[in-house]
Amino acid sequence: MSATPGTSITLCPHGPLLVRGDFELLDAMGLTVDPRRGTVALCRCGGSLIKPFCDGTHKLLEFQAPDPTAARAPNIDDHPRSPT
Amino acid sequence: MRTLPRPRGPLSSALLNLLERDDPSRAPELADRMEQSPVDPDIFFDEDLQLCLFVLYELHYSGFDSVADRWEWNTDLLQLRSRIEERFETRIMQSIPAIPRVEANAQSVAEALSAMVEAAPGRSVADFVARRATIDQVREFLVHKSIYQLKEADPHTWAIPRLGGRAKSALVEIQGDEYGNGLPGRMHSQLFARTMAGLDLDGEFGAYIDRIPAIVLASVNLMSLFGLQRRHRGAICGHLAIYEMTSSLPNAKYARGFRRLGFGAPVTDYFDEHVEADAVHEQIAARDLAGGLVEAEPQVAGNVFLGAAAALLLDGLAGTWQVDTWESGATTLLPAAEVPA
Ligand SMILES: [Fe+2]
Ligand SMILES: [Fe+2]
Repeated sequence: MSATPGTSITLCPHGPLLVRGDFELLDAMGLTVDPRRGTVALCRCGGSLIKPFCDGTHKLLEFQAPDPTAARAPNIDDHPRSPT
Repeated sequence: MRTLPRPRGPLSSALLNLLERDDPSRAPELADRMEQSPVDPDIFFDEDLQLCLFVLYELHYSGFDSVADRWEWNTDLLQLRSRIEERFETRIMQSIPAIPRVEANAQSVAEALSAMVEAAPGRSVADFVARRATIDQVREFLVHKSIYQLKEADPHTWAIPRLGGRAKSALVEIQGDEYGNGLPGRMHSQLFARTMAGLDLDGEFGAYIDRIPAIVLASVNLMSLFGLQRRHRGAICGHLAIYEMTSSLPNAKYARGFRRLGFGAPVTDYFDEHVEADAVHEQIAARDLAGGLVEAEPQVAGNVFLGAAAALLLDGLAGTWQVDTWESGATTLLPAAEVPA
């Protein structure tokens, strides 16, 4: 952990996104979702029963998170977009 | 604790007698008496020794209403404690699998801890509670848990001043949550007391000590063994990592079991809170606490994994014993005292 900006998001390998620091969690209407603790784990596998929070289900699903260093690699051509 | 427990054998009789009479002059003979007592091959299940250890450790926590605080640092009792601990540690070392050797980086430590969890034997109390436990059995389940959960987090807190940097921040972050983030009534120990109250159980720490058998006390004594000693600062961190990593999914099952039996909030609050909180804590505990400690002090890596292995070992033994006993149709509680006529 480096001397940081106000907020950090950690990509937990094969697990949730750990959000630490100053943040606000908002629903689609812009209303605050109470995080109930300083640091939260947000579901990344899609399987949690308490979304947006993690409940450990990624372990049952054997969720494989993509390698973050490769995240930008997929060919942009795979998702052709018409010029706007 | 309000009262001293009932003795369970010669050594605990002598110890409790000493504390009751508040007579330090008779303390020196205790450690010798321990030497004379036969070596039980399985101290994990030894009622007399585990109760002694529990009482000796409790002097460092909230103590006993009737026992003077200065007994905490009585050198004869400390000597007795270290002799019992020696047997306890020897037995642990004989019983755990080989300690993993990994590179001193947080990711490798976290992966090794996950692999240990996956490989751990033992029957699942959570599955039993979720699907099959009766109301009497879940009450027994709460009674056993109460001997730790009513002082949840305390044994690991001893480690805070012994750590630095990333590991210390991680531990403080987890413990802050365990102690309710400063909100009165939100401490996990208080949530647990409310769960007990919902089943008409006494939520005062130690109220059921006389009903709780050695193997359960052993799993709690283990935390004090590691927590109270600087040389075991790695082990107490490894222990906490395992506790956090084996919590979210089982707690969801406990919640399901209590709902199946017709309970809702506030009885289920303790379990629901742990599903969510420990999904956070397990990430912090494995990577930042255990991993951060190993990065800072690579020489304690073996001790971190010893703590992890010991946690899995004792919880596995206690869980297997509990489920086997329930399946045989028996109670897991020690018999209640006969009320004197
Ligand atoms: Fe907790
Ligand atoms: Fe926790």
